Amino acid sequence: MDTALTADPREIARTLREAKAKRARRSALLKHIFLICASLIMIYPLLWMLASSFKPNNQIFGQLSLWPREFTWQNYPEGWNGMAVSFGTFFKNSLFVTVLSVIGNVISCSFTAYAFARLEFTGKRLWFALMMMTLMIPYHVVLIPQYITFLQLGWVNTYLPLIVPQFLAGDAFFIFLMVQFFRQLPRELDEAAMIDGCSPFKIYWAIIMPLSIPAIATAAIFSFIWTWDDFLGPLVYLNDVKDYTVPLALRMFNSQDSVTQYGQMFAMSILSLLPIFLFFLIFQRLIIRGIAMSGLK
Amino acid sequence: MTKFIRKNLAGYAFLTPWLIGFLLLAIGPILASLYLSFTKYNVINPPRWIGLDNYTYMFGRDARFRKALQVTFTFVAFAVPAKLIFALGVAMVLDKGIRAIGLYRALFYLPSILGGSIAVAILWRQLFNADGVINSLLELVGINGPYWLADPNYSLWTLVVLAVWQFGSPMLIFLAGLRAIPQELYEAAEIDAASKVKQFFAITVPLLAPVIFFNLVLQMIEAFKSFSGAFIISGGSGAPLDSLLFYTVYLFNEAFSFLRMGYASALAWVLLLIIALFTAIAFWSSKYWVHYESERG
Repeated sequence: MDTALTADPREIARTLREAKAKRARRSALLKHIFLICASLIMIYPLLWMLASSFKPNNQIFGQLSLWPREFTWQNYPEGWNGMAVSFGTFFKNSLFVTVLSVIGNVISCSFTAYAFARLEFTGKRLWFALMMMTLMIPYHVVLIPQYITFLQLGWVNTYLPLIVPQFLAGDAFFIFLMVQFFRQLPRELDEAAMIDGCSPFKIYWAIIMPLSIPAIATAAIFSFIWTWDDFLGPLVYLNDVKDYTVPLALRMFNSQDSVTQYGQMFAMSILSLLPIFLFFLIFQRLIIRGIAMSGLK
Repeated sequence: MTKFIRKNLAGYAFLTPWLIGFLLLAIGPILASLYLSFTKYNVINPPRWIGLDNYTYMFGRDARFRKALQVTFTFVAFAVPAKLIFALGVAMVLDKGIRAIGLYRALFYLPSILGGSIAVAILWRQLFNADGVINSLLELVGINGPYWLADPNYSLWTLVVLAVWQFGSPMLIFLAGLRAIPQELYEAAEIDAASKVKQFFAITVPLLAPVIFFNLVLQMIEAFKSFSGAFIISGGSGAPLDSLLFYTVYLFNEAFSFLRMGYASALAWVLLLIIALFTAIAFWSSKYWVHYESERG
């Protein structure tokens, strides 16, 4: 009997499987090569800025190499004190506005989301639709009347126009994110608590909020990043250099036409990105899930 | 009856911060800016009613308005599709179980989370400097790069690249969408020997259509609203030769550099209508290409 022709079917299946596995390994390798190259291109600009912040001024341009030929720390202390007002002040201002905004957003948006997700009241669907529509409104459309109002209140050149709106649940994204999360929590919790005589506020505070830490944290992180990065608001409302937030201070570096202190500019830019980068490192999981869940920008 | 009141009381109590914000910071300003758009107003003197003059000037004689529209539409038309194509392409490579997916995902997303910062806009300006990184790279392959930011033929493309570079969020949303497509469909297609291209158009695209639609609408609105990048890179004015005169940059300068608040309000209203129109078109067209799971029954 010719054994070659009547090969064991299991043998054939194994050969086929092995061929398939080999193909899969090769395609995985190709994918990795592609992904490594692509991600290097993606982060190269950021690495270049980091490297440039450690280079002396005359070695920044015309150089692609990331490793500084001449390493210097000087850009950091010099950039920090490079303007009439120290960057310490700008960071303090930014932190002040940002922390208060985060607190305001978390409180006011969770209130709103709790109403939409867990309470019944007349007109709920209409209000919810209107809330979602505010997502579409460009800030530029409300900016001018808001500016005029704040001007008349004497709030221009203070932080109030940047902070007070955050306590009025202005960001529909956060409300939407929390509504999505609150809705997933079992209704029985509220019902049981209600029978025990809990008020809606008690339910919000003692049941919904503690169970929604991931959603609250996600909203808080994004609120931090967006306020930290906010440029248009401070640009409109802050005129005094000592009140400037970090983005406005960086812009001063950028708009000096005679600017030659690129190293210092990059050093301060890196410092300004550091808090966001750290948040991303620590809370990556929350951030990524938050985006997948609600389509945050 | 008392129960009805109590129920509504709780709902509206929690809704109060948002309601105040909605009335004072959204609806109120929108209506106020509609009124202002029919006036001449420079903040110092009270607004003076001039009827439709702002609008007739805008559509009749304002060449910069037409330029701003052209710049913005060009930006939206190129940046949004390119961003979505990159996002979907990378998401598809990442989707089919690959090692270190978390790391790649983080690297691809990093530019997006840092990208809102003024620091990145400043970096971008220096990358496209005449002797910046981009031109150094082009020199390596023997191309003599243009003066990207000084040349009106090229300046807008640097902003398109900046936008596309930040494809991280739609990528994450696509990834979540791809996960939801049942794997059996692809296996069945393999057995029928359908090519990868065929599988993409027959399975991936139709099943992902709701997610594509969602990303499209979101990114389009974002692109119409984009401001900081163009403002920083053009030095605040839309230069060179108004080639970076994004609609929002033009509006900002009309309002806050020239104090033409009435005219800027008219511009703001037209922007609102443009965004609403394009969103409506997207929703209308979605009838023909987006089918939701639940509809098929």
